Amino acid sequence: MYPRSLPYLLLLPSTLFLCVFFLYPFGLVAWQAFVTDTGQFTSEFFVEMKSHWKFNTAFTNTILLALAVVPFQVCLALYMATLVNGMKRGRDLILYIWTIPLGISDLAAGIIWLAIFEQTGFLNSMMQGMGFIDQPVSLLSYQNTGMIFLAILLAEVWRATAIVLVILVAGMGLIPKEYYEAAEVFGAGRWKRFTKITLPMLKPSLQTAMILRVIMAFEVFAVVVALGGTNLPVLMGEIYTWQFDLQDANVAAAYALVILLISISCTLLIMWGLRTPKEARV
Amino acid sequence: MAIIQIKGVAKQYGKVHALHSIDMTIADQEFMVLLGASGCGKTTLLRIVAGLETATTGEVWIGEKRVDKLAPKDRGIAMVFQNYAVFPHLTVYENIAFGLRMAKMEQKEVDRRVERTATLMHIEGLLKRYSGQLSGGQRQRVAVARALATEPQVLLMDEPLSNLDALLRMEMRAELKTVLAESNTTTIYVTHDQVEAMSMADRIAIMNGGKIVQASSAVEVYRNPAAHFVGSFIGNPPMNFLTADNSGDGFWQVAGVRVKGPDTSQKSIQFAIRPEDIVVHGKSGDGSTASEGAFTAGVRILEPLGSHLLASCKVDDQLFRVVLNSDAEVQPGDTLQWSPQADRVRWFDPETELALSTV
Repeated sequence: MYPRSLPYLLLLPSTLFLCVFFLYPFGLVAWQAFVTDTGQFTSEFFVEMKSHWKFNTAFTNTILLALAVVPFQVCLALYMATLVNGMKRGRDLILYIWTIPLGISDLAAGIIWLAIFEQTGFLNSMMQGMGFIDQPVSLLSYQNTGMIFLAILLAEVWRATAIVLVILVAGMGLIPKEYYEAAEVFGAGRWKRFTKITLPMLKPSLQTAMILRVIMAFEVFAVVVALGGTNLPVLMGEIYTWQFDLQDANVAAAYALVILLISISCTLLIMWGLRTPKEARV
Repeated sequence: MAIIQIKGVAKQYGKVHALHSIDMTIADQEFMVLLGASGCGKTTLLRIVAGLETATTGEVWIGEKRVDKLAPKDRGIAMVFQNYAVFPHLTVYENIAFGLRMAKMEQKEVDRRVERTATLMHIEGLLKRYSGQLSGGQRQRVAVARALATEPQVLLMDEPLSNLDALLRMEMRAELKTVLAESNTTTIYVTHDQVEAMSMADRIAIMNGGKIVQASSAVEVYRNPAAHFVGSFIGNPPMNFLTADNSGDGFWQVAGVRVKGPDTSQKSIQFAIRPEDIVVHGKSGDGSTASEGAFTAGVRILEPLGSHLLASCKVDDQLFRVVLNSDAEVQPGDTLQWSPQADRVRWFDPETELALSTV
């Protein structure tokens, strides 16, 4: 027998770590967002943030990017995971190759895609070489935010689908084969087996993957900077601008709280949307 | 409501022959049990009929239709799996209705069938529950109800009772037999439990090493094993075998006794008798009048099993089991005098392992 305090004792180091490196800085940021240098509570930083002309654009862009990237990634990862799980040989090899982008930093990923899309990039020289265009065009200019958006979308999908894939492959591996056989015998074709067995039984993994991805999507920054500069403002980019260019940590903190708020709401929404009733759990 | 014909079905995994050209016809509404030790190919054969596995060669016919190229759902079958495969994310109702929903049946008909099969399996009170809230026995019932709800021509069962405890298994055995007798389906039932096989089957197909060794009624399989394997597999304890040496004119020397047997020219064959088909005359040296030409058996181990006393003996240095009356006064070390019930003696060819007829 061990003393009753032992579990708490064992939890202490990680609790301390979380407090010092997460809770305390979080408290500081929250403090900064609401309290002036002279120590007065105020909402002026939020008002300042909200009244700035870039806030609405940045907010909309961030949400739109997340809405475009995450569902697409989840669908793609589901399809890829199904393919991988159906493979008899070479499964691990394919999985390794598909997860290579995970090892590349997001700034590097942004630069790779910049090399494709910029005026002297691969895409331009290819189109020119095939005679579609006479001279290189500026694809990522400020007049062309749609194209910037698309390039960011592609780079994000390329970079971060693998994390969803890995979680889903692991989740699919946990579904007993007998359920699929039973479904097959009782008349379910491929698609029905996917919707009636795979999806419902994959809910816990889908939940994890989506929460992770959505939070990452709201923090999108380096890829946007590399491909769009300031032509496509996003929330995270605004934090950087306020903190370092405009030297206003208070408004930057207000922005940070906005990201936190939408991350938490989305997490709750996903948890609720993909919940499994207690009695239906395996 | 269909005849199942299996024609020359073989299955190979790489170099391993899981099934050697199986031929079998299962009559309409027959309850056929595939019985054998694990790895004998019985489950593979069932899965080939189900369409979950493809035969390397051969054909499977259900009714008038060749089905071995069809998807499982087009074969008119339903299946009960060893681990039940009751979907955890669906209620009992939706589990039973699964096949009906896939067939896009009307809600009214779905309700009717779910209710009927649930009542049949005594789970009508559990329809709103999830599988996680059920016991093993209840899950088993759901699995059977789900299969019966589709009113299949053919019902396939893969060791459905093997995960239940002994008492529950006995109960379910009797219940399944009743339910299936009323359902008019042709059933193939895989098990490794011979008691289950014998108690339920119309016909038992005993499999060994990817072949069907014998396919007959329970009594026939027990009384007249077609091969050495059947005799040594069926029955608890199994058949006794003793070496018999040819002494000419259809007579054989078995453990020092001359016995009339099959008239073949082989040098040596096997004499076989079931442990309960032995008449014990008494113990050597207790003054009882042993008939002339009686066998002797040295008792080694006694196992009092309640209904009877099982004596493991040595006859001519070969293991020999005898079923005695529970109150028989025997001690280890005694020598029993016995003779076989003449009409129950069987003979086997040690080379082909097949039964030899005594004409």
